Amino acid sequence: MADIILETQGLTKHYGGVHALNDANFKLEKGEHVAIMGDNGAGKSTFVRQITGVEQRTSGKVIFDGQEVNFAGPLDAREAGIETVFQTLALADALDVPDNLFLGREKTKWDWLGPFKFLDYKAMRADTLAALEKTGVKIPNIRNTIQNMSGGQRQCVAIARTASFHSKLTIMDEPTAALGVQETSQVENIIRTLKDQGEPLILVSHNMRQVMDLVDRIVVFRRGRIVANLRKEETDGQDIVAYITGAKTGAEFEGAA
Amino acid sequence: MSETSHGIGGLTYDRKKRSLPGEVNIFFALILIVAVFEVLGQVLPYMNGQSFLFDTQDRFDTIFNEARLRIIILQVSIIGIIALGVTQVIISGGIDLSSGPLVGATAMIVMSFAQTELVNGNPNPKAVFGEWAFDLPVLIPVVVGLLFGAMIGAINGSLIAYTRIPPFIATLGMFLICRGIAQAWTRGQPVSFPTEGFAALGKGMMPVFWFLGIAVLMHVIMRYTLHGKHTYAIGSNEDAARMSGINVNRHKVRVYMIASMLAAFAAIVLSSKNLTAQSGMGIFYELYAIAMAVIGGVSLTGGRGSIPGTVLGAMVFGVIQSGFTYIKLDAFYQLMAMGAIIIAAVVLDKVRQERAASRS
Ligand SMILES: Nc1ncnc2c1ncn2[C@@H]1O[C@H](COP(=O)(O)OP(=O)(O)OP(=O)(O)O)[C@@H](O)[C@H]1O
Ligand SMILES: [Mg+2]
Repeated sequence: MADIILETQGLTKHYGGVHALNDANFKLEKGEHVAIMGDNGAGKSTFVRQITGVEQRTSGKVIFDGQEVNFAGPLDAREAGIETVFQTLALADALDVPDNLFLGREKTKWDWLGPFKFLDYKAMRADTLAALEKTGVKIPNIRNTIQNMSGGQRQCVAIARTASFHSKLTIMDEPTAALGVQETSQVENIIRTLKDQGEPLILVSHNMRQVMDLVDRIVVFRRGRIVANLRKEETDGQDIVAYITGAKTGAEFEGAA
Repeated sequence: MSETSHGIGGLTYDRKKRSLPGEVNIFFALILIVAVFEVLGQVLPYMNGQSFLFDTQDRFDTIFNEARLRIIILQVSIIGIIALGVTQVIISGGIDLSSGPLVGATAMIVMSFAQTELVNGNPNPKAVFGEWAFDLPVLIPVVVGLLFGAMIGAINGSLIAYTRIPPFIATLGMFLICRGIAQAWTRGQPVSFPTEGFAALGKGMMPVFWFLGIAVLMHVIMRYTLHGKHTYAIGSNEDAARMSGINVNRHKVRVYMIASMLAAFAAIVLSSKNLTAQSGMGIFYELYAIAMAVIGGVSLTGGRGSIPGTVLGAMVFGVIQSGFTYIKLDAFYQLMAMGAIIIAAVVLDKVRQERAASRS
């Protein structure tokens, strides 16, 4: 058995009476890219939020890199090595690109000053330029505040941010939902780079072409449950759509949906 | 590398067409307001052609009316110190209404630790404590005051961060509590006769020195340190800040603590300057401090503004106040006009932001 980077056992989340996620058993191997698909409200983002500690799960286990983890918040998850692009953009409008790229992990000097330590603007700017150049993201002036940028540019900043820090696992929740053709292909290039570097990825996406292009495996969510786990070579678009809409349920998941 | 004239991906970017920082606009507004008062002085029939800004009676070596300038800056300095603290509170997306009453309470407490034993050879008639509290080194009242401010700020910040009650409500509660403390301290009696050392803190132009000194310090903190960056981040998008791993709760506590410590320091300077403390000190200060920040371009929705902006806002505030007195506007009308100006500043900020949003 190959090394497992992430495993969930019986992961469940209820919002009051809403059973947004039920008994999700999921495995991701090191270096593997997996897509999560499913209709709106199927529980994909909920799944991501339980893994990354944005919310506390109702029940179930999360095992990351061989250890059972209970992240108290997204910072814990990130420190453990999970980088996430959330569906709702996590950018600060009033700050510029380097500020956003380094938000929460600023390069600093004179660290003995504690909370008042100084920011190393120069290093952060240089790294930002390098990161953007590497990912081919087009931004006219990195010192502009994010507020004045197009939705696509903002999304690119969020993704460049995730991709520019080496991590054990990257999670992207619908990274290209708001992007134009060019920006989408930039993001897809970033994803391919991750694949080449052997960094595992969970990609939440509604885009069938993208999924078939990029990932090794597809997991389908329906009404808060995992209803299919398909290797890319063994499936096709129509097949997946059948699972998404509920026309079909994977043999191993019978009785679940 | 950051000197390239075109950005990443070959999109051109013209450095010269960068928009001016907002502070420049406030500076122009300041000049405009001075000009308006100058013109009013010439035009209003009862003014007899007096000048607002210039020295027409040859009392000073310079061409300016130095006395007026000095009064303006002295007047705004003490509230200005509070405004510097409230600036970071507003940038973080909060508000602090408790600073005015905190000035009253802190002044009473601090002065009680700063009293002399003998006044003109007689026992101090306003003594609050016994023997032990007389003629203490100046450091003691200052430290007591700052600690009291830190405590009030910690309570404000903790309430806001951990119970999630709106900052408006938390600090409104603290507003009443502090005014209560100020009145209960001596049952309304003023506290007077400080030591010489304490009296030196607010003597002459000292308040201006404190105001500008603290302004420089706060500017460095807001612009160049982690604390500043995280304050802007939280005010701009609290969820993003949290998801990025910033400890938002702890940060908010720190922001409110700094604000209250600065308000406490303002109380120290004020009571030193006045040589007395009264429970009613600091009335309206919280609103004036907020007004200075808002006039200076600090956005009430959080994330935007700067310390230089607030310093300019304080100057605008002082010039307007002084100008009203100069054109002999009644105190009641001054209040009304001030209110109108604050509303106008907020409306302007809204317009500015909507325009910025529609540009993207
Ligand atoms: N905080 C919450 N409180 C109550 N219900 C919630 C909450 N968050 C999500 N839900 C519900 O849980 C269900 C799953 O939501 P989720 O965001 O995981 O969907 P999704 O699969 O990501 O959909 P989309 O493709 O639209 O992003 C939905 O019915 C949603 O309304
Ligand atoms: Mg979602």
